[in-house]
Amino acid sequence: MLSPEEIGLIDYLHGGFPLSERPYAEVGVALGMSEEAVIATLQSLLLRGDLTRFGPLFQIERAGGQFVLAALRSPQDRFQEVTTLVNALPEVAHNYRREHALNMWFVIGAESPQHAADAIARIEASTGLKVYAFPKEQEFFVELRLPLSAGAGTEGGAHGAV
Amino acid sequence: MALSDFDRKLIAATQGGLPLVPQPYAEIASRLAVTSEQVRERLAQMLDEGLIRRIGAVPNHYRLGFTANGMSVWDVDDAQVDRLGERVGALPGVSHCYRRPRYPGVWPYNLFAMLHGRNRAQVETQAEQLRELLGTACRSYEILYSTAILKKTGLRLAKAGQGAPAES
Repeated sequence: MLSPEEIGLIDYLHGGFPLSERPYAEVGVALGMSEEAVIATLQSLLLRGDLTRFGPLFQIERAGGQFVLAALRSPQDRFQEVTTLVNALPEVAHNYRREHALNMWFVIGAESPQHAADAIARIEASTGLKVYAFPKEQEFFVELRLPLSAGAGTEGGAHGAV
Repeated sequence: MALSDFDRKLIAATQGGLPLVPQPYAEIASRLAVTSEQVRERLAQMLDEGLIRRIGAVPNHYRLGFTANGMSVWDVDDAQVDRLGERVGALPGVSHCYRRPRYPGVWPYNLFAMLHGRNRAQVETQAEQLRELLGTACRSYEILYSTAILKKTGLRLAKAGQGAPAES
C-alpha cells in the first residue's frame, strides 16, 4: 500500500507542477521533503505502476487533433490477438476490456480527425472487425480527483491544480 | 491553432513524462537544442491555451484501490440531454461525462459518464443517483465495468516529420 507521504505527493501533484528551474525542489519545500526524496518517490511510484505517467497531459483538440472513443466486439478466442493488433497503433492511447458485447474500448489520439479516421480504418483492416466510433459531441466534465486517503472528500488540495 | 515544429518536438519529448532529474526542463532543452527558458515559456503558454490540460501525476486507479471502474451509459431524451449532462458532470465521483452518438439497433446510449469507486457497490450507488437525477428523461442505462487495462500510455504523436501532417 501507499505510504502517507506517497499519497500526499500524488495528491499534491495532481496538477500545478512548477515551471521553475528546480521544480522538484519547489515541490519538496511545499511538502517538507527534499528534492531527492521527491524524485526518488516519483521514480518508485512509476516503477511500481502506481502512477502511469508524470508530466504534461496534452489536450490535442486545441491544436486541431482529436481523441475518439471507439469500441469493437472481439470474439473471446481472438481477444489476445485483437488486443495486440489494436495496441500496436501508437494512436491508441488507452484500451480497456469491458463486460459487454462490445468488449474492447479504446481511445484514439490523433493529430487530426482524418488521422483518427485512418487509424480506425487500419484497425478494421487488421482485425477484420467493425469499429464503432464514439466521438464526443458535447463535453460536460472531464477531470476527476479521486479521494486517495480513505474518508477524504472528492475536493482535492487548494493549490493551483486545474 | 496549428502546431509549430518546436511544439511537435516539445510534445514528443514530454508526452512520455518529464525527466526525473533536478532540472527537467533544462534536460529537455538540451535534447532539443533550445534554452530551458524556451521550454518553460512554451509549456506555460500551452497551459494557458489549454493545449496542456495539466502537468502532474496520472494515478493508476486500479493500483490505488479504485478497482471498480464503470462506464455508465444512458439513453437520454435528446431534447434534455445537454441540460442534464451538465448536472451529471457536476456529481462527485463522475468523470469524463460526454454526449456521444448512438448506433440504432446496436447502441442506444447518448450520455457517457465514468464512475469510480473502491468496489462495485459504490459505483452502483452513484449510478442510482444519476438515474434519479435523469428521471423520466432516461429510457435505459447500463454500466460497463472494465476488467483489464489493456493499454494506458496517453497521447503519442508521431515524431516530427513522420505520420500525417497536422498543418497543410
